[in-house]
Amino acid sequence: MRVINTIKVALRALRRNTMRSILTALGIIIGVGAVIAMVSIGNGAKAQVEAQVASLGENVITVFPGSFTAGGMRGGWGSMSTLTVDDSEAIRRETVNVLGVSPEMRDRAQVLANGLNWNTQIMGESPDYSTIRSWPIASGAMFTDQDVRSVAKVAVIGKTVADQLFPDGEELGQTIRIRNIPFKIVGILAAKGFNLFGQDQDDTVVIPYTSHMKRIARRPNINSILVQAASAKTIEKVQQDITDLLMQRRKGREQDFTVRNQVELAQAATATSETMTVLLSAIAGVSLVVGGIGIMNIMLVSVTERTREIGIRLAVGAHGRDVLLQFLIEAVILSSLGGIIGIALGVGFSELVSLKTGWPILVSPTSVVVAVAFSAVVGVFFGFYPARKAAQLDPIEALRYE
Amino acid sequence: MAPVVKIEEIHKIYDSGEIPVHAVRGVSLEIHRGEFVALMGASGSGKSTLMNLLGCLDRPTRGRYLLDDTDVSQLDRNELADIRNQKIGFVFQGFNLLARTTALENTELPMMYGQRHHSSREMRQRALHSLEIVGLSDRADHFPNQLSGGQQQRVAIARALANEPEILLADEPTGNLDSKTSVEVMGVFQKLNGQGITIVMVTHELDIARYCKRNLILRDGRLVRDELVQDCLQADEEMRKLREAEAAAKLTSA
Ligand SMILES: Nc1ncnc2c1ncn2[C@@H]1O[C@H](COP(=O)(O)OP(=O)(O)OP(=O)(O)O)[C@@H](O)[C@H]1O
Ligand SMILES: [Mg+2]
Repeated sequence: MRVINTIKVALRALRRNTMRSILTALGIIIGVGAVIAMVSIGNGAKAQVEAQVASLGENVITVFPGSFTAGGMRGGWGSMSTLTVDDSEAIRRETVNVLGVSPEMRDRAQVLANGLNWNTQIMGESPDYSTIRSWPIASGAMFTDQDVRSVAKVAVIGKTVADQLFPDGEELGQTIRIRNIPFKIVGILAAKGFNLFGQDQDDTVVIPYTSHMKRIARRPNINSILVQAASAKTIEKVQQDITDLLMQRRKGREQDFTVRNQVELAQAATATSETMTVLLSAIAGVSLVVGGIGIMNIMLVSVTERTREIGIRLAVGAHGRDVLLQFLIEAVILSSLGGIIGIALGVGFSELVSLKTGWPILVSPTSVVVAVAFSAVVGVFFGFYPARKAAQLDPIEALRYE
Repeated sequence: MAPVVKIEEIHKIYDSGEIPVHAVRGVSLEIHRGEFVALMGASGSGKSTLMNLLGCLDRPTRGRYLLDDTDVSQLDRNELADIRNQKIGFVFQGFNLLARTTALENTELPMMYGQRHHSSREMRQRALHSLEIVGLSDRADHFPNQLSGGQQQRVAIARALANEPEILLADEPTGNLDSKTSVEVMGVFQKLNGQGITIVMVTHELDIARYCKRNLILRDGRLVRDELVQDCLQADEEMRKLREAEAAAKLTSA
């Protein structure tokens, strides 16, 4: 029954010291809120980058013309490319653990349709392109190997191009003119958003690479080769096999190509986001400490008054543990109230940032637990420890405390 | 009948400072049920120290203290706390009320830690009754800083009475009060004493001591005089005289 009274006493004490209670809770709110917001935003940014990395496709290897290892980028990429469709066919034929191969052609061109025009990237690819890049077709279908063989005038277009040229929808089956050659739209790519480098990936038109080479670019060589390895485990082996195969085909000439996997490409971008996460975590840590110091200050400032209060309670018959329980209940109430409000504010702020940036919010349960536990421990320690000392005094000593 | 308070050769030595202070040097004393004792003496003679020992707020360095036949020197902290809660009402020299806490809630305080459980309503009623005894029921919801010194003193008395103690210990209950309020407080004490409560109070003032039935004088930690008061003053009567004098003063000044 004394416990009920003690709860009552604790509630009265909190009400009696409204300002102190609010300030203490505020310390906890700031600490918890900041940690949750910062960690969520950091995680969100990281997840966003990871999603972008994934949007490159899974286990993708790219073969570029030019060598980074011998004599720098000889000839550059594309202009005087040394890669051929035969190279690509050799990879398809002779490399194991390969799920798909696509020789790539790239050119910018003006596209006309519907009385509108739009400058965009024209990609020449094989039908594997859609699976290699994990890029589904939203409506219609990918062009086929038959289309490649017959140098068909068919195209699959990105969302941005579709929106620009066909504001009213109904793109499928329509005709677009690329460099004045009509292509029939057979499919629309699903929206993919921006890539790691901030380019709109949906601003593109994909046609069979043969059609691109013969009708658009009119070049014998290809810009690059996309290869999809069977798994993350095989990716390095496949990379090596491709290098060996192409070197063999070069018959002792200098290496004039480079084989890179998507992980290497993504590393630069993820490094940035990791730096940001570390930075945000540091801010969060500082906030937590600042909040903790706030709680500590308030608790310590009121020690004299509270010691006298304890003296009065002991004098009228409170046991040491009644007093300790009261202080514990006070600390728990403040910590949980502050914790709940802090969580709400932290999550709210993350939502706001997510709304503005389009990042996913990922509230990490660990950060919630750590932040609340830390604040509660600080609150309990600095509220409880002086109280414990006071409760061990004789009542007369506690009353004399200055 | 056994005395309520029986102390034998009690000593208190403070040795917290550089030189130990021997504040109480071998006091022996018996106080019986229904007594009304004034403890007097010069400043620093050890009155407060002795009161704190009697109130079980502090422990004697040497000597025996029997309260209601129990040897309190043998009790542990919690048992002492229960004795303070159940048997003793203590009125501090400096009031020691909880700040920002109403007179009513201050008065309820001892009941919070009582062995018997009271419902909130019961506690409130008993606290109100205590406040009524000291004539403060109309100030129940006031905070200490909204009360005069005398009113705060009376809240402290009401709190001391809340658990219906056998013995009321008051350290200079009239120390901060003007003479009229002092007489008022003495009136309250006489009324309580009339109802059978044993009272020990510290005072500096001789005329206040004359409201009590027995006077003790302490000098340098020793009891030097112990005498019964012959013709005790009656607070009611003195109050009437004071009012008459006041009225007369008004008449003359008018
Ligand atoms: N906590 C303490 N530590 C050391 N010495 C103390 C302590 N409390 C009191 N004393 C000393 O003990 C002696 C008695 O003090 P006490 O407070 O009992 O006097 P008192 O008779 O109540 O005086 P007053 O009338 O001024 O209240 C004094 O010399 C005082 O200095
Ligand atoms: Mg004193």
